[in-house]
Amino acid sequence: MVSLNSYLLVSAILFSLGTIGVLTRKNAIVIFMCIELMLNSVNLTFIALSRQLGNIDGQIFVLFVMTVAAAEAAVGLALMIAFFKNKESIDVDDVNMLKW
Amino acid sequence: MFDNVWLIPLFPLIGFLINGLFGKKIKNEAIIGGIGTLAVFGSFLVSCGILMQMIGLPPEQRIFEKVIFPWIHSGVLKVDMAFLLDPLSCIMIMVVTGVGSLIHLYSIGYMHGEEGYYRYFAYLNLFCMSMLLLVLGNNLLVMFIGWEGVGLCSYLLIGYYFHKKSAGDAAKKAFVMNRVGDFGFLLGLFTLFWWLGSNHNIWTINFTEIKSASHLLPYGGVVTAATLFFFLGATGKSAQIPLYTWLPDAMEGPTPVSALIHAATMVTAGVYMIARMSFVFIKAPETMMVIAIVGALTAIFAATIGTAQNDIKRVLAYSTVSQLGFMFLAMGVGAFTAGVFHLMTHAFFKACLFLGSGSVIHAMHHALHHGHLNDDAQDMRNMGGLKGKMPITFITFLVSTIAIAGIPGFSGFFSKDEILWQAYANPYHGSLNIILWGAGALAACFTAFYMFRLVFMTFFGECRINPKVKDHLHESPLVITIPLMVLGFLAVVGGYLGMPKLLGMLPNYLEHWLDPVFELANEYGATYAHSGAHHSHALEWGLMGTSVVIAVVGIMIASTLYLSNTGIPKKFTSAFPALHRAVYNKWYVDELYDFIFVNPCKTLGRYLWKGFDVIVIDGIVNGVANVVMAFGGVLRFVQSGYISNYAISMTLGVVVILGYYIFR
Repeated sequence: MVSLNSYLLVSAILFSLGTIGVLTRKNAIVIFMCIELMLNSVNLTFIALSRQLGNIDGQIFVLFVMTVAAAEAAVGLALMIAFFKNKESIDVDDVNMLKW
Repeated sequence: MFDNVWLIPLFPLIGFLINGLFGKKIKNEAIIGGIGTLAVFGSFLVSCGILMQMIGLPPEQRIFEKVIFPWIHSGVLKVDMAFLLDPLSCIMIMVVTGVGSLIHLYSIGYMHGEEGYYRYFAYLNLFCMSMLLLVLGNNLLVMFIGWEGVGLCSYLLIGYYFHKKSAGDAAKKAFVMNRVGDFGFLLGLFTLFWWLGSNHNIWTINFTEIKSASHLLPYGGVVTAATLFFFLGATGKSAQIPLYTWLPDAMEGPTPVSALIHAATMVTAGVYMIARMSFVFIKAPETMMVIAIVGALTAIFAATIGTAQNDIKRVLAYSTVSQLGFMFLAMGVGAFTAGVFHLMTHAFFKACLFLGSGSVIHAMHHALHHGHLNDDAQDMRNMGGLKGKMPITFITFLVSTIAIAGIPGFSGFFSKDEILWQAYANPYHGSLNIILWGAGALAACFTAFYMFRLVFMTFFGECRINPKVKDHLHESPLVITIPLMVLGFLAVVGGYLGMPKLLGMLPNYLEHWLDPVFELANEYGATYAHSGAHHSHALEWGLMGTSVVIAVVGIMIASTLYLSNTGIPKKFTSAFPALHRAVYNKWYVDELYDFIFVNPCKTLGRYLWKGFDVIVIDGIVNGVANVVMAFGGVLRFVQSGYISNYAISMTLGVVVILGYYIFR
């Protein structure tokens, strides 16, 4: 049986990868996927702890997170299409008009 | 009928609302004027009903209060929107609605074709409502609403021709000077309310309650202060020294407005207020003396100015100031009935005079307009010989002039003579009486002189209007001459209501009528009056004869100077140029006020504007903005526009907050 620590470790690694991806990459789709990665690492933590503590609440949260992630995917992709139509690019550094 | 008293101010209010809100759409002058006139005429009918009912009652029951709705009930202060009917307010509503409806009728013709016809009638109705509130209010606060309301309407109507700068200036002047008086009125109200409340726990501003508590008021002292404040209010509204200068300027308004507001009704509000509170004023002998002196001074001072003016309406304006001085003289010598009597007769003959002058101006204006001439339609030097052209105007004008000059048989004689007699014979002012009488008599002489000067210059002699347009002068239409005839008739017979006992032909109806109102004041007065000194009938006859002689002398001088030897005035002015200039320029009082009050105020205002406002206030406001801008200039670089920058700061923020909670 795999211990709880292993799950949490994997989850932490995934979250860190996701965060680094969001902070360093310029491609909007990659950033978007990194966000998904972060969300799913959190999901993994929820499930692991839910299982460990014998409490169903964590699993319910996971369902919510997945729902929100789906909605976010829809909105995010729509934004990207709109963005691409304007700028012929999905590099987030090109979205820089709202500044000083 | 008494219960319907609320209808009296309601009708003009409805008229005001209809003409004010929809007048612009109605357009039809007959409908607008009809609504305005009928509204006031309706009030007149109700007033007549009330008068009839009141005559039928025994004197002690002739008082009635009607609460319309509770207005301010807060702690000890209880003020209702309530009306008081007694013989005094009954006379006032009759005068206001009676003269008011005639002047509305006249206005239909006079204002024909004016731009803003509906506006005129709306304001005029609003004025009537305010004036009726003023005279009907059963407490000082309702009276004050009316007091302010008539001031507002006066402002609006003086400034009716607002595209003319002089009219706008005159309106502002009237309003500001009235504010000075209103401030006095309020202080008087507060003083009285506070003293009765804090000393006797009678917190009231209701006239009836003040009357029943008036025995608690001391003679002099705080009452002197309160009444002097009230009198300041009266000098503002009723154009007495020192606040009279707005009234002659108020002639910038349409002539019927001058007749209604600035001669017959509004300017008598101060007199009415003193009569209404006679039981308070009489308790302050010093105030009574001040009122008498101010009244006499105003009477003679304004009369002298009236002798040298050439604008027909200005002569009448100074005449009004002077006649109001007579009324205040009457109030000051405790002759309240005589004062109210003169108020009433003055309303008749002065309204008639103003409307007559309006008729003349109307005709002049038409004739001059026809010839495309720019001569002044109000300047008497352009008139002359109008009696043949305008017979009805001439006759009514002449009748009213005789009335104001004080020729026996006409109304002005009875009221003015009563005032002069009381000024001489009153028991309050001791040796001052003879001076008061002298000043009054001299003012009466001047009155006769300048009024007949006006008549001779306007209606007699040769016609001095440009000969080209001579044939276009003609009598005004019936809608204008009917009010003139009615008022002219009243100017003759109005005096028979208050015949002096001495003549003994008719009982003095007015004195009996007003007796219940002024009974208490006379009672208080008797406690400090100089008793004894019974004046003989011979003396009264003598004084009456003297005042007639004085009036006749005034007329004789006028006829000599302006009918037979028309060269004399010119010689006189060239002999005493300084005197003539001073009188012609109204003794330079306006210039004096400009120097003492207006210019320092302007200087102070300019200083506050350029100095305080521009440097200090704007400095603070702009300084704050500049500081914010400086900070913003530094902080704006935080907004780099790169998403990764934002994401890093967000992540770092989360890490710091989490770290704080984990490691604290």
